[in-house]
Amino acid sequence: MKRPLPMLTEVNRFFWTSGADGKLRFLRCSACRNYIHPPVPVCDKCLSMEQEVVVVCGRATLVAVTVNHQMWIPTIEPPYVVGIVEIEEQPSVRLTTNVVDCAEADLRIGMALEVQFEECEDVFLPMFRPVGVVAKVGAGER
Amino acid sequence: MEKFEYSSAVTGFGMSDIGRRLMRDPMALTVDASLAAIADAGLTRDDIDGVCTYPGMVPGAGGFSGAGAHDLIDTLRLKPNWHNSGLEQAGQLGSIVAAMMAVATGLCRHVLCFRTVWEATYVQLQRTGQIRHSGGGGRLSGGMEWRIPYGAASAANWIALYCSRYMHDYGLTKEQLGQIAVNGRKNAALTPYAVYKDPMTLDDYLNARLVSTPLGLYDCDVPCDASVAFIISHKDTAKDCRRGRGVGFEAVGTANTERVSWDQGDLRYLTGIDGPAKMLWSRTDLRQKDIDMVQLYDGFSFNALCWLEKLGFCGEGEAGAFLEGGQRIARDGELPLNTNGGQLSAGRLHGYGFLHEACVQLLGEAGARQVPNNPQTAIATSGGGVPGSALLLTAPR
Repeated sequence: MKRPLPMLTEVNRFFWTSGADGKLRFLRCSACRNYIHPPVPVCDKCLSMEQEVVVVCGRATLVAVTVNHQMWIPTIEPPYVVGIVEIEEQPSVRLTTNVVDCAEADLRIGMALEVQFEECEDVFLPMFRPVGVVAKVGAGER
Repeated sequence: MEKFEYSSAVTGFGMSDIGRRLMRDPMALTVDASLAAIADAGLTRDDIDGVCTYPGMVPGAGGFSGAGAHDLIDTLRLKPNWHNSGLEQAGQLGSIVAAMMAVATGLCRHVLCFRTVWEATYVQLQRTGQIRHSGGGGRLSGGMEWRIPYGAASAANWIALYCSRYMHDYGLTKEQLGQIAVNGRKNAALTPYAVYKDPMTLDDYLNARLVSTPLGLYDCDVPCDASVAFIISHKDTAKDCRRGRGVGFEAVGTANTERVSWDQGDLRYLTGIDGPAKMLWSRTDLRQKDIDMVQLYDGFSFNALCWLEKLGFCGEGEAGAFLEGGQRIARDGELPLNTNGGQLSAGRLHGYGFLHEACVQLLGEAGARQVPNNPQTAIATSGGGVPGSALLLTAPR
């Protein structure tokens, strides 16, 4: 699927290419271990500027969800599910994403999800499916 | 020291033609509204010594920005002591607060404020190839990169996410939320400039096509072409104006206390509302019971619900019950809401329409849609999801 994609920069490249090895990564403060997202150069808790990129487990909780019915982008055909998820390591860190491989009737706020990636050009978009669903080949493609 | 709100008043206001696909130059709309406001105040352009607008000229903004401050200053050959514009401020009405500060500090006596949109015409010009869409094929940066790749391209999606969470946590129903849209349409029937005046029932609302669950077509406001302008004058000069006294300011709320983000802050209430609401009440002895009407930003129905609740007109999670049946928010109810139809029916005047309606009502100039019993106070707001602002206005005294 052709999607509008992020411009990769030295700040965000680690995030958008993280899925190349199937793992999700975030920035974390080296001093107080607070996860930082979206990436900024200073920790919002302790103001340290020492940071590292760390792998997270990929599990997340669905905390808000909408089924989009209107076409906004010609190459992304509705309906599709947009959700906000909180990562297991630190719920204050959230991603707006697509929930995939889940029937609309089965969507529940609070449901457990896990990451999978859709490769688009040089970007690996993290998307989320219900825990326990085995990724189909080409999952995320419709 | 007297609070700065008391230094200024709204002494004039004006509107251009408002509608869908007017096919008029947005600067022409801006001039129409500006000259109308100057005349309404009983002034001439030589009296204008300040200009302030939202968002100003924003490259690539399409129909979202119809004219910049520099454009209007040069077009009308104004000679302001001070001018200002910007997207990054406390909502569209933040530009009114900036003008109030310019007056209070003595920089200006009469500030012309305006907001111009030409979204309907711009889209039509794009469709017919008269304007080439710019930016196609480029990569995303700034905040957009976190949402657009997933097809979450519209504020309808971003706000639907919050609404889904609010419904989950507090049990709000579509029937309750729909009262905001149905009430707006009922009010718009008596508003000469409203874009949509045809009657709409709750069933019409519930059966409208879905945009992004739980939001349907009538939860979303109407893009249109419009310019709205105000004259903010120093109280000592207001007596030189046509009405003698203007609509007064009792308090402003502009605090920005939350994440400026569509997904990292509170998930039940749109961000950018809590700070202004709390600050507004901290700057006045008036309380909710003293407010005669509210003109609350309804770019989406859910924005207005968040403002109602955060302003304390009902308790946490109780907006659904407050809206039930729609009587409380009707023009003759205990808290008339969006008496011109709001952006949902009157059109996306983008924040400025709420202040306009508050002024018209407080001056008793609303004609057929006049709120009964001589209203003395009104709250007008803008924003939600992005940093907002709130104004508490008083009838001329």
